[in-house]
Amino acid sequence: MKIDLTDTTASKINKALVEGRRAIGTPAVGMVLTMIIVTDEENAYDSIKAAEDASREHPSRTLVVIKRHVRTLRDRTHSRLDAEIRVGSEAGTGETVVLRTYGDVSDHADSVVLPLLLPDAPVVVWWPVEAPENLAEDPLGALAQRRITDLYAFDRPLEVLEQRARHYAPGDTDLAWTRLTLWRSMLAAALDQARVKVTSAAVEAEADNPSAELLARWLEARLGVRVDRVGSAGPFVTAVRLGTADGEIVIDRPAGPLATLTLPGQPSRTLALKVRPTSELIAEELRRLDADEMYAIALRGDGIKETV
Amino acid sequence: MSKKPAEPAKPGADAAKDPSAQDAAVPEGPGPKAMQAGEPAVEQERRRSAAAASEAVASGAGGGSAPSGSASSGARTEPVPTADWVNPLRDPRDRRLPRIAGPSGLVIFGVTGDLSRKKLMPAVYDLANRGLLPPGFSLVGFARRDWEDQDFAQVVHDAVKEHARTPFREEVWQQLAEGMRFIPGDFDDDHAFEQLRVAVEELDSSRGTAGNYAFYLSVPPKFFPKVVEQLKKHGLAEAPQGSWRRAVIEKPFGHDLESARELNRIVHEVFDPEQVFRIDHYLGKETVQNILALRFANQMYEPIWNRSYVDHVQITMAEDIGIGGRAGYYDGIGAARDVIQNHLLQLMALTAMEEPIAFDAEALLTEKLKVLKSVRLPEDLGAHTVRAQYAEGWQGGEKVVGYLEEEGIDPKSKTDTYAAVKLEIDNRRWAGIPFYLRTGKRLGRRVTEIAVVFKRAPHSPFDSTATEELGENAIVIRVQPDEGMTVRFGSKVPGTSMEIRDVSMDFAYGESFTESSPEAYERLILDVLLGDANLFPRHQEVEESWKILDPIEAYWDEHGRPAQYRSGTWGPREADEMLARDGRSWRRP
Repeated sequence: MKIDLTDTTASKINKALVEGRRAIGTPAVGMVLTMIIVTDEENAYDSIKAAEDASREHPSRTLVVIKRHVRTLRDRTHSRLDAEIRVGSEAGTGETVVLRTYGDVSDHADSVVLPLLLPDAPVVVWWPVEAPENLAEDPLGALAQRRITDLYAFDRPLEVLEQRARHYAPGDTDLAWTRLTLWRSMLAAALDQARVKVTSAAVEAEADNPSAELLARWLEARLGVRVDRVGSAGPFVTAVRLGTADGEIVIDRPAGPLATLTLPGQPSRTLALKVRPTSELIAEELRRLDADEMYAIALRGDGIKETV
Repeated sequence: MSKKPAEPAKPGADAAKDPSAQDAAVPEGPGPKAMQAGEPAVEQERRRSAAAASEAVASGAGGGSAPSGSASSGARTEPVPTADWVNPLRDPRDRRLPRIAGPSGLVIFGVTGDLSRKKLMPAVYDLANRGLLPPGFSLVGFARRDWEDQDFAQVVHDAVKEHARTPFREEVWQQLAEGMRFIPGDFDDDHAFEQLRVAVEELDSSRGTAGNYAFYLSVPPKFFPKVVEQLKKHGLAEAPQGSWRRAVIEKPFGHDLESARELNRIVHEVFDPEQVFRIDHYLGKETVQNILALRFANQMYEPIWNRSYVDHVQITMAEDIGIGGRAGYYDGIGAARDVIQNHLLQLMALTAMEEPIAFDAEALLTEKLKVLKSVRLPEDLGAHTVRAQYAEGWQGGEKVVGYLEEEGIDPKSKTDTYAAVKLEIDNRRWAGIPFYLRTGKRLGRRVTEIAVVFKRAPHSPFDSTATEELGENAIVIRVQPDEGMTVRFGSKVPGTSMEIRDVSMDFAYGESFTESSPEAYERLILDVLLGDANLFPRHQEVEESWKILDPIEAYWDEHGRPAQYRSGTWGPREADEMLARDGRSWRRP
């Protein structure tokens, strides 16, 4: 069910949400969080789709904030809020409100969002593309305990990464880090098997890949060794090599979802290591809403002296 | 007071068999309890309790109750690590990294069976798909079929495609398929077990399974002695230093106390009691684990969870199917032995137990045992237990035959397909509060639930006409299907007059955490590989449960015949009368 409201306010939206739910016969819902997506018109469709897929695992109220660029002078002085409310099968398992802001209200989107947050439930904000420099101090970011960004969306991701490191606040996280979970768990499992001290390490990836940089920093922090960044053709991270006294531990993913794992003194074996779609990344993000301390460590790459 | 028959050697024998059980409730030092928390709330809870030990996370599946000590497995060429080797890539703060089983393999006996194809193989695949199995995980099948490894892989492939919960992905399949082996043979066949030993050793070197194996005995219990003896004879049960060998067995765990003890003796002769994992798949269900989260992580339930507020508790497990093709297994066993002895008594123990001092296997065992040991049977077993058989009838629009007309059933059979018993728990919390346990086949619908029914408010300021429609408050934990929880309470009906009626407040897993709730077998297999015994009943519990059931079965044997109930209904009239005697009635689940 879809309800369109033009030139509206948060309280009218709230009323429409209740009506929408009544109409489809589910007045009570078990939504576990509010997800705010801040994006532009161009990326809205994909982001909403990913969030709705993720809502199958985490039923949520999704608030999509789209700042519209206005062309005429009259529109610029006149501020307006339009809302599109989707409940029921059209909104995954939760409900979605797409908010389009015109004019001045664009700078005060938090005033629209605040009354629409679910009571008590955690708030997550996700910037699929552009994100403010200091996430925690952004008006929308300040409403949330989890702030998700994506370094992949930037032209110069490594510069942004430094920015993130500078302004890190507990609750910040990045999809470039989420993408590494499978890699990291396989590396940890490989080390469980090898049980040796790592003396050197290298990460191979396409140039300027922020995930690779985070992975290298994480390895540096945890292993206390210098990690070489080696360029490759991609896609994304293609290999990690850990040097030990007995030989190399290698996870190599030249292409596609199949990787090979080589441990010293053992034949190599294949591993499934696929590149996951955004919806799965978001679902993983939503699984835990407390601060991701390991991300902070990887961001800062403090070496062995990390303190969190 | 017809207390359970006194068991002379009870505490002594238990303690002797398993010294750790009684006094080792204190979390052990580094190691087993400190796996990576991967999943739901219960996990978080245990993670906190394990924080102290967490540095040892690295020992991964090497933990469990496996012998600690040097962790190098003799035959392999690894450098010599020490027991306190810590994997620098693991950290308790790193909550994204899932609990991955350490290097290991699973050997399934009776791999061609139904359970194996419908549950075990798909669960293994789902685990692999979720990235929870170690690289190099190996699956060995053992059965009397003339198969090659590839044929076995094909069978697993088909089973996975048909029954797996997660979508089929070729790359995950490839990773798994490389580690599949099949050993054809009988359980008497020394040659086959020799082959198995060779296969296991070959996998250790080619896949890095490090000597860690779980043997899943998916075979009828009469074969247990043979299989474990063969495992022992061929040196398969004995773990090389620093690795583990575990046995996984399925119910029935005997058919009375004596046979259960015999079975335990046989298995424990070969495997350490801590290395024997008894599968009660109910305990792997999210809702059942949630009983503990609900009770012990919250403040609002525990104060009323006692005799001052609770009127009685009903635990129901109903099936809508008949015995199907299981006549041979079922006849002579019956509903009480099949379900009450294990599932329902476990659910009761979890509902009634005191708070464990930690969320680990020993502490849980201690508390569950206390409950089971304080169970008191009703004096008059005739008046407070009921057994029955389903008769011909219509179920959900289908005409079905009665139990005695089922194929392969003796028309004079006294086997119960429905059983209801009233139990009391003699402790301060529950004294005088009845626990009604019932189970049956061919009942109204398939449902398992625990209903805690509360006393009525001591005083009502409303007219009796206003509260006519008001029942008793209840908290219902729905174990399956539609996992979740319902709270029933009274609420004013909108309108000008004061009328109060029951309403329910509902929490459904399907609403708050859709889809991702894993199959019980996934969880349990992973726990076996991790050596985490929280969700597995120990032999002491099995034996205590039989002590509860044996006198009832003995009484039934000597008195009368089972009542009859029409298929598709909620059981015999006698069961309703049983509760009516106490001034209560069964809920309709």
